[in-house]
This record gives sequence, C-alpha cells and structure tokens, in this order.
Amino acid sequence: MSIKLEHIHYIYEADTAFPVHATDDVSLEIQDGEFIALIGHTGSGKSTLIQHMNGLIRPTSGVIYYNGKNIADEDFSMKELRSKVGLVFQYPEHQLFEIDVFADVCFGPKNLGLPKEEIEQRAKDALKMVGMDESYYTQSPFELSGGQKRRVAIAGVLAMKPEVLILDEPTAGLDPRGRDEILDQIAELHKKSHMTIILVSHSMEDVARYAQRLIVMNKGKVVFDAAPAEVFRQYKQLEAIGLAAPQVTYIAHALKEHGFEINTDVTTIEEAKQEILHAWRKRGC
Amino acid sequence: MNLIKVAKLIFEYTKYGEEGEVVGTSRAIDNVSFDIQKGSFVAVLGHNGSGKSTLAKHLNAILLPTEGTVWIGEDDTKNMDALWDIRQRAGMVFQNPDNQIIANVVEEDVAFGPENIGVPTRDIWTRVDESLKAVGMTAYRKKSPNKLSGGQKQRVAIAGVMAMKPDCIILDEPTAMLDPHGRQDVIRTIHELNRQEGITIILITHYMEEVIDADRVIVMDEGKIKMDGTPKEIFSQVEQLKKYRLDVPQVTELAYELKKEGIPLDDGILTIEELVNGLCQ
Repeated sequence: MSIKLEHIHYIYEADTAFPVHATDDVSLEIQDGEFIALIGHTGSGKSTLIQHMNGLIRPTSGVIYYNGKNIADEDFSMKELRSKVGLVFQYPEHQLFEIDVFADVCFGPKNLGLPKEEIEQRAKDALKMVGMDESYYTQSPFELSGGQKRRVAIAGVLAMKPEVLILDEPTAGLDPRGRDEILDQIAELHKKSHMTIILVSHSMEDVARYAQRLIVMNKGKVVFDAAPAEVFRQYKQLEAIGLAAPQVTYIAHALKEHGFEINTDVTTIEEAKQEILHAWRKRGC
Repeated sequence: MNLIKVAKLIFEYTKYGEEGEVVGTSRAIDNVSFDIQKGSFVAVLGHNGSGKSTLAKHLNAILLPTEGTVWIGEDDTKNMDALWDIRQRAGMVFQNPDNQIIANVVEEDVAFGPENIGVPTRDIWTRVDESLKAVGMTAYRKKSPNKLSGGQKQRVAIAGVMAMKPDCIILDEPTAMLDPHGRQDVIRTIHELNRQEGITIILITHYMEEVIDADRVIVMDEGKIKMDGTPKEIFSQVEQLKKYRLDVPQVTELAYELKKEGIPLDDGILTIEELVNGLCQ
C-alpha cells in the first residue's frame, strides 16, 4: 500500500485576478505503516494536500498514484480509495447525527452495503479501538463530553477499515488529558493494526512525541521532509515560516550555550531528561 | 479595587427526556465566590466540562445565576436595566474567529459595536482608529476579513470589543483554532492591552504556556474553584494539575522530572531561563 504524489499543483480561483497556489509542485511518497505528521501555519496548504490523498479534490496538474494506480484513470474506483484512505476532518464531532453512538458508527459501513452482522462487528471493533465500551452504545452522541464525541467520530471512520488514517488537528479544543488520550489511541492503532497515520497538527510537542517522519509545508510547497529531530535542528528556518521547535529543544540549545555538554537533538521531555541527567552527572557546567 | 465580584454563584440547567419531560438538573457552577481586581490578568484553567465557559458567560450577563450574585462594578447582572452597561463594560471574545465577524470590511466590523449604542459618527471613527492600533491591525483596516488569518481575525474581534471602551475583556479559548504564530500574536496583544490600556483580562485556555505571564491562575473542576494562585504556585503542583486533567508547560515538567532524579531545582520553574540558571548554579 502506498500513496504517491507527483508534481501536484492545485490552484484556487484560477480564472480570477487572484489565483491561489494552494499546493505548488508537491511530490512525495507515503509508505505502508508510516506515522507521519504534517505541519505548517494556517494557509500553508496542509488541508488541500490531504484532500488530494483521498480524491476529494483533483489536482490542477500532477498525478496521484494509489498502490501504483493513477487515481484519475477512468476505471479507478474512487469509492474504494475513500474507504481505504479515511479522512477525519477538524471538529469531526460536528458530523455526528444519529440517535445513539452505535448507530452513528454503523452509518459508514451500512453505506458500503455490507451484511448486518458485518456492519455491527465493524462498529464494535471501531468503538473498541477508540476505547468506548458497550455502556456507551445506546447513549446519544450529543450527551458525551468533547473528547468522547471526537472518539466516536473517529470510530465512524475506523469502521470503514481504512489502511490509511488522516486526521486534521484531532486534538483542537480538547483539554490536555483529552489531547493525550486521543493521541495515545492513534499511536496504539498504528502499533497494533499497522495503520498508516498522517497527523495534521499545530503542536510541535505532540508531533515530536508521536511521529517518525515530519512533512513541513509553507506556501504550498514541502520545505522539509525528514525525521523530527532532523527537522527541529532547523528551528531558525521553522521560525521564519511561523513554526517553532518543541520547548525542550530550545532548553537544550540554551544549556549548550551555557557550556553544558549536551546533544541538542532532543525533541521530547524524556530525551531531554536523559541528556541533562547525563550531562549533570558529568558536571559539564 | 474589585471590578468583578462573584458571590456564592450556582448555575443549574434542566435536562429534558425524549418526550420533553424534565429528567433532572445538572449543576454546572457549584457555589463559587471570587473577586477580580481591576487591571489584573487572570487565567482560568479546567478540563472540558469543568464549568469555565459557563462561568465566563455569567460575567457579562449572557447567563444569569440560578442562585448567588455577580456584580460588574456596582451593577448586579440580574438588574435588567444595567444590561447594556454591563455588556459594554465586560466584552467577550469567543473561540471561533469566523463566528464573530459580520462586516465585509475590517473597519466596519470594528465600528459595529459603538454604532449600535449610538456613539456619534466622528467618535466612532476615533474609536475604530484607536482600537485597530491597539491590536496592531491598522494596516488591514480596509481589507476583507475573510482574507485574514485566524490570528488576525481574532485581533479584529478583540478590536471590536475595544471599540466599546470596556473595563474588562473575557476571552473563551481565543487561540484554540489558531496556529502557533496566530496564538502568539493574540496572547501578546492581550498582554499589551492589559499593560498599556489597563484593561482587565480574563483568559480561558487549554494551553498551559499561555498562562505563565498571568497575575493569577484559577483552576476549575466539577463547577468549583479548586486552585487559585500565582502561576508559580499553581504549576508547582504538577500531580494535582494532572488529577484535574491539566498539564504544565514542558519546561516545568522537565524541571519536575529532573528534581525527582535528585537535581536540586526550585518548584514551579516556568521559563527556560529559570531552568538554565537552576542547572548552572
């Protein structure tokens, strides 16, 4: 399973005096089982890019391949693509509508025309994956907390059995524990079901903690595509495009300036802790 | 001097069943009392559903207490004659920038509030000038709001409140939908309004880093105030905060972890500088 984008251009309002290049010559390949984070300031082209990945919008020019097949080909099944590449939009809980949690999660597979047992099994599995047990099945989705609603909405996408799960800022508006719970569950899906994850996020701390690969966008172009530690090494360039490194990376740099013998490639609290303890015990200061 | 006084505030809402019958009441605010000093910068933390937004909506009479009293200056929010006065004195900014902007041009949006309360035209334009300047958006005054970024839109929304010449601005998660740059802009702007214009700020947020420069932090849980102190006092209690589904800034957590490993550091370290100084002593 792979998604390959070749020279993708997407121009909004092309026929007007103000054409906008939302994606500008983007080429990249997403392999099976990766955990990728996509970052960039508002308007950098992230949302446009992910909508290309499940065929919601067609590029102005360029080709998208899904498992080696051109998705613009006439005999290509868009329906299959959309069930294999699941997209969780921002504030997905606004799309909940059914009378109870279970019915809401069943909606997607029901539309695939599957037998009733299969639909129900998928809904059960999906709700289990997001940590919602049977006691919630008959509750109205509108009586749940913000974090729970969002998990039900994600389950609705998981019930389609996607191979790739794309999430557009899944933690926006949640409290700190709610953020951790959602991200831990996504990490679990990645680990246990080997699902490919593409996470759009504004939190450098979160992407450092979870992603193996970081794609950074600015003005419709991919400006970095590498491991988090490697990308955050370029924190000055990141700042120039409205982003930043995690706070611990700045701590490591500040300590180094004060004569600490410390590796500045740290991006998580745990890594920083180990580095500082090591340096402290050597008394580098 | 106290600008806001809240005494024994209780707010309950009624739950209805499928047939529209009353199935019970739910208490969102449970006997809360506090004062807010004029000119202070107060942050309110609490998990989703802890009662923060319900509390905020009492501060400009969008909601009225089930029991207890809220005063803005001398006015009880239950006094309907004072309603417009209260709304003018305590302005509110919400989470979603797109829901708060109504005009097609930035300066007209900012003028909407004062125009509604019958401010003379010439004064309206003076207020618009001053408000846009205060939030650093003068260069965008003739632009269409839908061409602005989220952070810029929030600053326009804040300018709209400023044009009402308020004593106090209540911001309910104003940065939740913004990118890091937009967040910084908004937070910097409200600190400037607090320092330079003396506006009292009440900031509700889920981002711990936005709280460290506040004068005071209030932590809510289950409709009650559970903690109330300076950022340093509050963030010294890492385990307690986690119990309330909250967190601390990364630097605070790192310092806390290092201290547990035996490095002598102060409690409640809030900045990189403090940590570096602590380690280099």
